Amino acid sequence: MSGRIPFSLSRVAAVFVKELVQMRRDRLTFAILFAMPLVQLLLFGYAINTDPRHMPTVVEAREDGPMTRALLASMHASTYFEIVKVTTRAGEGEEMLRAGETNFVVTVPEGFERRFVRGERPQLLIAADATDPIAAGGAIGALPQIAATAFAPFLEGTLSGLAAGPPPYEIVAQRLYNPAGETAFNIVPGLLGVILTMTMVMITSIALTREMERGTMETMLATPLKPTEVMLGKTTPYIFIGAGQTALVLGMGAWLFGIPFTGSLAAMLTGTGVFVLACLMLGYLISTVAKTQMQAMQMTFFVFLPSILLSGFMFPFAAMPRWAQGIGEALPITHFLRIVRETMLKGAGFEAIAGDLWPLGIILAVLTGLALLRFRRTLD
Amino acid sequence: MSSEAVIDVSGLTKRFGTKTVVDHVDLTVPRGAIYGFLGPNGSGKTTTIRMVCGLLRPDAGSGQVLGYDVVKDSAHIKARTGYMTQKFSLYEDLSIAENLSFVARLFDVKDRARRVEEAIEDLGLTARARQLAGTLSGGWKQRVALAACMIHDPDLLLLDEPTAGVDPKARRDFWDQIRRYAARGVTTLVSTHYMDEAVQCDSIAYIAYGKKLIDAPTRDIPRAVGLSAYEVTADDLDGAAETLRAREGAELVARFGQSLHVAGTDKARLDAALRSIAAMPGFTATPIEAGLEEAFIHLMSQSADNMA
Repeated sequence: MSGRIPFSLSRVAAVFVKELVQMRRDRLTFAILFAMPLVQLLLFGYAINTDPRHMPTVVEAREDGPMTRALLASMHASTYFEIVKVTTRAGEGEEMLRAGETNFVVTVPEGFERRFVRGERPQLLIAADATDPIAAGGAIGALPQIAATAFAPFLEGTLSGLAAGPPPYEIVAQRLYNPAGETAFNIVPGLLGVILTMTMVMITSIALTREMERGTMETMLATPLKPTEVMLGKTTPYIFIGAGQTALVLGMGAWLFGIPFTGSLAAMLTGTGVFVLACLMLGYLISTVAKTQMQAMQMTFFVFLPSILLSGFMFPFAAMPRWAQGIGEALPITHFLRIVRETMLKGAGFEAIAGDLWPLGIILAVLTGLALLRFRRTLD
Repeated sequence: MSSEAVIDVSGLTKRFGTKTVVDHVDLTVPRGAIYGFLGPNGSGKTTTIRMVCGLLRPDAGSGQVLGYDVVKDSAHIKARTGYMTQKFSLYEDLSIAENLSFVARLFDVKDRARRVEEAIEDLGLTARARQLAGTLSGGWKQRVALAACMIHDPDLLLLDEPTAGVDPKARRDFWDQIRRYAARGVTTLVSTHYMDEAVQCDSIAYIAYGKKLIDAPTRDIPRAVGLSAYEVTADDLDGAAETLRAREGAELVARFGQSLHVAGTDKARLDAALRSIAAMPGFTATPIEAGLEEAFIHLMSQSADNMA
C-alpha cells in the first residue's frame, strides 16, 4: 500500500491556523504590518511632494513699485515660492542662501520698472541653491509663467505695444554650488547618509537580540559586566566600519563623479563621526527593545523609511509640511545631509554647520541615555 | 572555617505575572559542600539558581551569598561565582580558546593567556583549541562550559542541570572534576534530574511547585521521605506490578531485575495493597530498607512536571 498520499486541506488548515496564531502572538510584527502602509500612505500622500512647492525664497527688491508688488503677489499665488524675507540690502540673499536659510533669491534690480516701460528688457535674477537640482528645477521652470502673469496687467493700454514679441524683461537663472545641475552631486553625499544609516542601525540592532536568542546573553549577564561596558564593546567596532564606508563613498564620488570638496574636511569628518555614533546608538536602542532578530530588522526598516523620505535625501525638505519637517529634524540623517552638502558643495566650515552639529549631539545623547535605561541587567 | 555558609538565603520568592514560580525558599549551603537541587521540570530550580547569582531579582527574600547581599551586591557575587547554564551558552562561532579568553577577560583574570592555556590543557583539548565550540559533541561542550565558569577560580559554582543529555561516561568524568573542585573548597549548587548525580551530592534539597519540601544530607533522604519498602517476587511479575499500581498504597512500583521494589509512605495501606496479590503463584514479599534510589524514584514520580 504505497500509493500517493492525497492532498489534504486539513493539513493546509493546520499550517494556516498555526500561522494566524503565531502572527497574533507576535504583536510587534503585527503592528508593523499595519503601521508600515499607514506611514507610507501618510508620507507619500501628505508630506512628499515630487513637484516641490513653498520653497523658502528671499526677494531682494531694490525698488518698490507696482510691478515689484505684482511680482511678489504672483510668486506667492503660485505656491512655488514661500517668501520668507523681502530685503533691499544687496548681498543679504546670498548670505542666507549660503547658510541654508533659503533656497532661492529673486532679485529685482534698481530701475527695473523704468527700463521695463522703456522696452529695454531689464533682467530679473533668480539664484538657486542647486545642491539639490530637483528642488531647484521646478521653481526655476515656473518663474517665467509667474512673471508673465504678474506683468500682464501692465501690458495693456499705453504699453500694449510690448505685449507682442519676446517678454519685455529677461529672466536670468543662476544655479549656485552645482552650476551644471549634476544630480550626482546631491545623490552621492545623500547616499553616504543612507548607507551609514542602513548599515550602522541594522548591525547594532541585532547586537543584543542575537545574544538573547542564542542564550549567550545569560553568560554575559552572569559576569560583572556593566551596561556601559557592553554598549561600548558592542558599538566601537562599527565606528571603524563607518569610517571605511565614508572613505569609500567619498573616494568613489570624487573619482567617478568628480564631486568637488570645497569646505572644511575636519568639519565634515566631525559631523560624520557624531552621525555614525548616533546611528549606532539608535540601533543599540532598538536592540534593547526588540525580542528577536526579526523584530530588530523590522524596526530598523521602520526607521529607514522616514530616513529616506523625510530627510531631504529624496525630496526637498523645504517643500514638506511642518509636521513632516518636525519628524525629519529628529532624524540624524537630516542633519548629516545638510552638514555634508554644506561642507562638500558650499565650502562651509565649523561655523556654518554648527546649527546641525548640536542637534545631532542632542539626538546622540538622548539615544544613548534611552539605550542605557532600557538595558536589562537581569533576565527579568 | 568549614561551617561558614557560602549561601545563606531565606524566603526567596519569584513571581512571573500571577504565577509564583519560587515560593519562600530557604537555602543554607556550607563552604565546600556539593548541594543537589532536585525537582521536576518547572519546579523552580533554574529560577532559584538565577536569583542566587543575581540574574533575576527576587520579589521577596533576603540573605547573603559569599558574604554579599543577594539583592544589592549581585555584581560582587557574580565576580566570585561560576554559573553554568542549562543550555550551552558559549559562542558556537568562537573557538574553544577564544571562548575561554572572552570569559577570562570579562572576569579580569590575571595572567589570562597562561590561565586559558592551562584550562585547555586540563581539558586535554590542546590539539583542538582552535576548533569552533559549535562543532563539539555534547559531552565536550559541557566540559568546556565548566572550564569557562572555573576560569576565574570562583568560590561558588552554580550548575544548572550540567549533564543533561550527556552520556554516563562523560557524566562520571564531569563529576570527578566537581569532586576535585569541592576538595579545594569550592562550593557547588547543582540542579539535576538524574539519580546518579543526586547520589554524588552531600546534601539534597527537593523542590516542587516552587516550594522546598525536603532538605537533608543525602544519606538521610530515605528517612526524610519516610518510605516503607518490600522486595516482591511473583511468577507473573508484570501482572503483579500492574495490580499493585492500581492500588493506592503502593506509591512506588519499580522493577529491579527479577523482582519488584514496592514502596509507600503509608505502611498500613502498602501492606493492604500487597495482601491483594498474596494469592498469586510464586508470591513473596520481603521487607527491605528503602534506599536513596527508591526515595529518588518516589520523589520524581510523585509530582509530574510542574508546568501548570
